[in-house]
Amino acid sequence: MSAETTAIGAVAAPAAEEGFWGFSRAQLVGLAALVAALLIGPFLLYPVFLMKLLCFALFAMAFNLLIGYVGLLSFGHAAYFGMGGYIAGHAAKAWGLTPELSIIAGGLVAGLLGVAAGWLAIRRQGIYFAMITLALAQMVYFFCVQAPFTGGEDGIQAIPRGKLFGVIPLDPDMNMYWVVAAVFLLGFLLIHRIIHSPYGQVLKSIKENEPRAISLGYRTDDYKLLAFILSATLAGVAGATKSLVFGIATLTDVHWSMSGEVVLMTLVGGLGTVFGPLIGAGVIVGMQNYLAEMGAWVTVIQGVIFVLCVLAFRRGLVGELASLLKVKL
Amino acid sequence: MRLNRRSLLAAGAATGAFAGHRRSARAQAANTIRLGVLSDMSGPYRDTTGPGSVVLTRQAVQDFGSRGFEVEVLQADHQNKPDVGANIARQWFDQGVDVVIDLPTSSVALAVNNVAREKNKVHLNSGAASSDLTGAQCSPNTVHWTYDTYMLAKSTGAAIVKQGGDSWYFITADYAFGHALERDTANFVRGAGGKVLGAARYPFPATTDFSAFIVQAQASRAKVLGLANASTDTVNAIKAAREFGLQRNMKFAALLMGVVDIKSLGLESAQGLLLTEAFYWDLNDRTRALTERVRAKNEGRPPAMVPAGCYGATLHYLKAVANLGVAQAKASGIEAVNRMKAMPADDDAFGASTIRVDGRCLHPGYLFEVKSPGESRNPWDLYKLVATTPGEEAFRPLAEGGCSLVKT
Amino acid sequence: MDEIFGIPLPLLFGQLLLGLINGAFYAMLSLGLAVIFGLLNIVNMAHGAQFMMGAFAAWMLLAWFGIGYWWALIIAPIIVAITGIILEKLFISRLYKLDHLYGLLLTFGLALIIEGIFRNEFGSSGLPYRIPPELSGAWDLGFMFMPVYRGWVVVAALVLCLATWLLIEKTRLGAYLRAATERAELVQAFGVNVPRMITLTYGFGVGLAAIGGVLAAPIYSVNPQMGSNLIIVVFAVVVIGGMGSIMGAIVTGFALGIVEGLTKVFWPEASATVIFVIMAIVLLARPAGLFGRA
Repeated sequence: MSAETTAIGAVAAPAAEEGFWGFSRAQLVGLAALVAALLIGPFLLYPVFLMKLLCFALFAMAFNLLIGYVGLLSFGHAAYFGMGGYIAGHAAKAWGLTPELSIIAGGLVAGLLGVAAGWLAIRRQGIYFAMITLALAQMVYFFCVQAPFTGGEDGIQAIPRGKLFGVIPLDPDMNMYWVVAAVFLLGFLLIHRIIHSPYGQVLKSIKENEPRAISLGYRTDDYKLLAFILSATLAGVAGATKSLVFGIATLTDVHWSMSGEVVLMTLVGGLGTVFGPLIGAGVIVGMQNYLAEMGAWVTVIQGVIFVLCVLAFRRGLVGELASLLKVKL
Repeated sequence: MRLNRRSLLAAGAATGAFAGHRRSARAQAANTIRLGVLSDMSGPYRDTTGPGSVVLTRQAVQDFGSRGFEVEVLQADHQNKPDVGANIARQWFDQGVDVVIDLPTSSVALAVNNVAREKNKVHLNSGAASSDLTGAQCSPNTVHWTYDTYMLAKSTGAAIVKQGGDSWYFITADYAFGHALERDTANFVRGAGGKVLGAARYPFPATTDFSAFIVQAQASRAKVLGLANASTDTVNAIKAAREFGLQRNMKFAALLMGVVDIKSLGLESAQGLLLTEAFYWDLNDRTRALTERVRAKNEGRPPAMVPAGCYGATLHYLKAVANLGVAQAKASGIEAVNRMKAMPADDDAFGASTIRVDGRCLHPGYLFEVKSPGESRNPWDLYKLVATTPGEEAFRPLAEGGCSLVKT
Repeated sequence: MDEIFGIPLPLLFGQLLLGLINGAFYAMLSLGLAVIFGLLNIVNMAHGAQFMMGAFAAWMLLAWFGIGYWWALIIAPIIVAITGIILEKLFISRLYKLDHLYGLLLTFGLALIIEGIFRNEFGSSGLPYRIPPELSGAWDLGFMFMPVYRGWVVVAALVLCLATWLLIEKTRLGAYLRAATERAELVQAFGVNVPRMITLTYGFGVGLAAIGGVLAAPIYSVNPQMGSNLIIVVFAVVVIGGMGSIMGAIVTGFALGIVEGLTKVFWPEASATVIFVIMAIVLLARPAGLFGRA
């Protein structure tokens, strides 16, 4: 049956123009627009909303690394996002670490979790891989419910933002915003470099034809595992940053519905595109915010978006735009 | 039928632009008090809080009348998620909202509690159960109305032991709220001379079938089944308990349950249940009068306990604002709350009440027994009053809370 | 020996029996999911919502038309199956050529829409539905009281499971279905209307979910969330059993009900997670599930 099906995330892209630092011309335009938006954004929109958006965008980008460029759909990515948040929260509140150290701690622990989960899950493909990641995430959720340091249903509250490098106070929203924007941009560029490195080329070949890559002598499992660990670490960084922004880390961040949300964001934005996750995160987070006053209809609208994306917008907003303009985004 | 991408994109863009527009067109009047009802509008607690809380808040504004300033009521859905709730509260406060009201689900309430303190605004809580809001997490910006785990435990626990229910078995939702309810109730049971024979803690919210725990309760031979959970879980547990015939040997104590849940269960299954509420529509003439005023706007139903709390809290806040002056009240949440604590409260829902220094509003707790179908004369005639605990005794004593606002 | 690990023997038997009853529910629900996946390659995430619709249909029949439980057992699944067929014709059929993960996402979205609409209409606290008088009461088995209704559920589930298995594995219609899964064009060439068969199969799977809902209505709160709590467990059951295998779903459903029941006795807080631990272990050892064909 699978011979006739089209694999998920298959984006038909025109030949990549290897431009500046691996960005195509269209992507450079997009990058410039992104940096401009980051600079002007907080003066036009509510900074805390933007910070939330950037954290989720980083989360979606980390997820997209796995599905878009390696072809692995992880159903349990919230485990890394939420665990990163809990560790960073605990580090900042109980151990008094400065924010940059807390974020790094969150990312590292999430990465370790990714090592364990990835090592178990990589052996399988497709939907079985997805199911194992889901099962592992449920176990992480259970651990978070029971472990005393997570604070159970109440979560970790009143996490201090602290002082960056011990010097710059992050309580003012604008200061925190620049830090978050910097973290996001670093993550964005890092992911891009990964994809356009020799390692990234091997990943691409694995996604397109794994048996061939194996026959050429590549140990594909190792490559996939590394991608998984990187994805988990970045998701952890995103979660850590978010918990510092809001001062709370709760069970919502490790729940399977959060895993579903990141899938939705990436789907709406465009699987396997560079800017897709960011746009997707913007749509979903924006919708949650602006439609909060419509209360009861938010779930229905989310469902409608899922359905529309799958039926008509399979390439996501950015993917459709890219194919319309015949560029690679 | 081909779904046309262009048309869909256009529709989406239009909706987005429209949504953006609504937000920016808000009048900023210095003489307007802005209230935000932040509740569960689409999740499991929608019927016990949610839209009902908004209706009752608006009723309080209406009953307050016009005393020289405008009052505006906003609403939003926090979806029981602390970061959604905290984000909405933060955004509201930054855009001129003075008060957040309701906040069911303790994890969200605690998160917003911190935001309100940080921004020096007012947090009037009616929906959350955590007694930490007036204990370890107490705040000069917060007033906790209606109920908390201590009051539920004391009213139901101690009263049932006095009636002869001196051995208990708990079925407890395995999270902070369930544990707190179980712990507080167990303390009162033992304090009144009873024993706790055991407890089964089940995963929350993932459990639908309670038969295994019911059978364990049966085996324990306790006289009382204590249900330390809420809403759908309580309903499912009672349905299962009746199926297994537990009511022949045990009394059921629903530690948190309200009129909406009783309707959902049906009188046939709910009869004989013992529960505590802070408000019941048919309690006295004043509550009946309020119910008549509000019924048509409230989907034809009488108010439930939590929305009634929103009514009382809002009314008292507005009186405090009138007393203090709008500018002062808007400038400092702490000042407004202090004025609320200085003035005695009185409204149709709760009668006379006072607010303590730790933010706890003191009003009576009522122990009710659910009527049998034969005793009920109209669709919402559900309870008979069994016992009343006066306000000063119903809640945790000041000294025991660990609140930093209490000077010893 | 009066006790095992501190649990008295009668209590243990009681819990095993209860686990078996729960297992019957899981088996019946995962049956529909397994039929749909095994024969159509669609991961039907809307299954929970369709289970819920079955329960609501039973309530509506009683509250609006005065039609009781026994008729509801037949009418409700038919109504819900028809809605399923409409969904299949309008939406799901467009995805057969794609990776089956798209089907998952689509049905997930449909589930959100259905649950949201029901919640807006009926609120979230649940509607009352009573056990039919013929099935109320309990038998005294000595070691526990066994409600008559639960016994009925086990019997009904077993009958449905067996009937479905016979239909798919032993009849000609079933043979056509299985053949169509593997080589649709060939079967079509033999004159069988494959698209219609697929549509009806989806309807049948949905009907199975709905009849589960009717069976659940008297004992579980009838509310819009009732399906989403169950779906993730049922999903795990199907994956463990083997995603294409009918017998796998049935056996695993019962087995997992028993395992969950035992966990509720020894470590109740973990009873929701034990299924996922088992799923991870099974998938690592046998990636296609216990009975599956990879």
